[in-house]
Amino acid sequence: MKDLLSVIMLLGIYSLLSACFFVAMDAVDVAFTEAAVGAGISTLLMLVAITMTGREENPSRHKPALALIVVTITGSLLIYGTLDMPYFGLAQDPVHLHVAPRYVNDSMQEIGVPNIVTSVLASYRAFDTFGEVVVIFTAGMGVLALLSVVRRPKDIVIDSSKIDSFNKCMHEEHLILRIVAKMLIPFILLFALYVQFHGDYGPGGGFQAGVIFAAAIILYTMLFGMNTARRVINQSATQLFAAIGVLLYGSVGVISLLEGKNFLDYRVLSTDPLAGQHLGILLIELGVGITVTAVMVIIFFNFAGRGNDQQNKENSDS
Amino acid sequence: MLIAATIAILVVMIMAMIRAFIGPTLYDRILAVNMFGTKTVLLISLLGFLMGRPEFLDIAIVYALINFISVIGVLHYSDSSIFKRSDQQKK
Amino acid sequence: MDISSSVFLLIGSFLYISGGVGILRFPDFYTRMHAVGVTETLATAMILIGLMLLNPEGLVLIKLIIILIMTLFISPTASHALASSAMQNNLIPKLDKNEVNEKETSSNS
Repeated sequence: MKDLLSVIMLLGIYSLLSACFFVAMDAVDVAFTEAAVGAGISTLLMLVAITMTGREENPSRHKPALALIVVTITGSLLIYGTLDMPYFGLAQDPVHLHVAPRYVNDSMQEIGVPNIVTSVLASYRAFDTFGEVVVIFTAGMGVLALLSVVRRPKDIVIDSSKIDSFNKCMHEEHLILRIVAKMLIPFILLFALYVQFHGDYGPGGGFQAGVIFAAAIILYTMLFGMNTARRVINQSATQLFAAIGVLLYGSVGVISLLEGKNFLDYRVLSTDPLAGQHLGILLIELGVGITVTAVMVIIFFNFAGRGNDQQNKENSDS
Repeated sequence: MLIAATIAILVVMIMAMIRAFIGPTLYDRILAVNMFGTKTVLLISLLGFLMGRPEFLDIAIVYALINFISVIGVLHYSDSSIFKRSDQQKK
Repeated sequence: MDISSSVFLLIGSFLYISGGVGILRFPDFYTRMHAVGVTETLATAMILIGLMLLNPEGLVLIKLIIILIMTLFISPTASHALASSAMQNNLIPKLDKNEVNEKETSSNS
């Protein structure tokens, strides 16, 4: 199977199956994130990438038999090594005796948030989540550094009459899709906000909300054209938002330092420690959501804009 | 009855996967993936009802939206005029 | 209440299975899409109404209604987009033998 588009489709099915497994294992937040990221953003970004690299896979120049033998031997050694580990899900496993009961028993008194996954992610392990947000921000910066094209003024299509005529001729092709999308996109954005702020009580949180928000913006861009989307969503504002999210997260931690406690200790944010925890979790989830949205939009616009510029250049050359 | 409906949906998902593997053209595969996606939405809702945890409906809503966006994305990018560039460069 | 919800769930499962058999056995892409697109929306609606008749509480009922309305919007649009995109990329439907001869003669002349 050399057609990369079909391979991307099958990867979409694979991530769907993973989401179903997670649902069957009763892990709601993980299934949420897997469904949103794996089947949505990942597929779209890989599609945009293959518009620039070409649709067929290059013929491989070496025989894969030797690699297959190495992989099989290594894999079987690893499986042999796991036979010593305790069985999956037994009640006497060490992981079920020390770590999990501590969180399950004490999370409600110490933090007061019903969703234990959010309390672990955002309060007990807030420093790890800070590292994740910084990694996402770095990925966005990497894409900007490698792929952003400095646009000369004569390449920028700011002639609004040309944009309007282009939009009119595309209007006939995608009429039904545009009307349905115009009705659906506000609902998707509203649902992303619901997921963001409801993360304390149900599945959700900053990462999932950011991904859904970015998916709505990508839908708008695909259906209405890059030029219209560039007028609606300002590029420098998006880059500013990516930085603001990380700064918000870091500032909450620094405020705790200035009050004399540890970094990212939320109890000092208010007179009541439980209210302080709630406020802290709310603020950092907001920071995570803003950064994830902005970075996804930056990556998509850079990939798609580059392909769009190449096509415009070819159309104007020929 | 819920269990019977769940088993029926699982059977149909297997049928859709078979079509995704053997479909001769690209559009057969996209159709199979779309169908798989809407079955997943229902499967998650039914599993949520079976296990007594209604929070799974949030995942079902997100999944329906993401499925729609993915299919529109694939159709937009399967337009062969976008890929002609690489074929011409190779020649 | 239980009997009516069971009836809806049964109808929905039957429609799903018929759509699944259709996608495996029909000869051409356009016919397969017809099978999937029609049965999918109706079967989803039946199963969701069956779930709603099991008497859940307020917020769960509203979410089920939201999924139903969204499916009614999304499924037909996706089918339309698939069909129009396939037609634009010159995927020719398999026609009957007489019509194939007429099509060839009309495109030659």
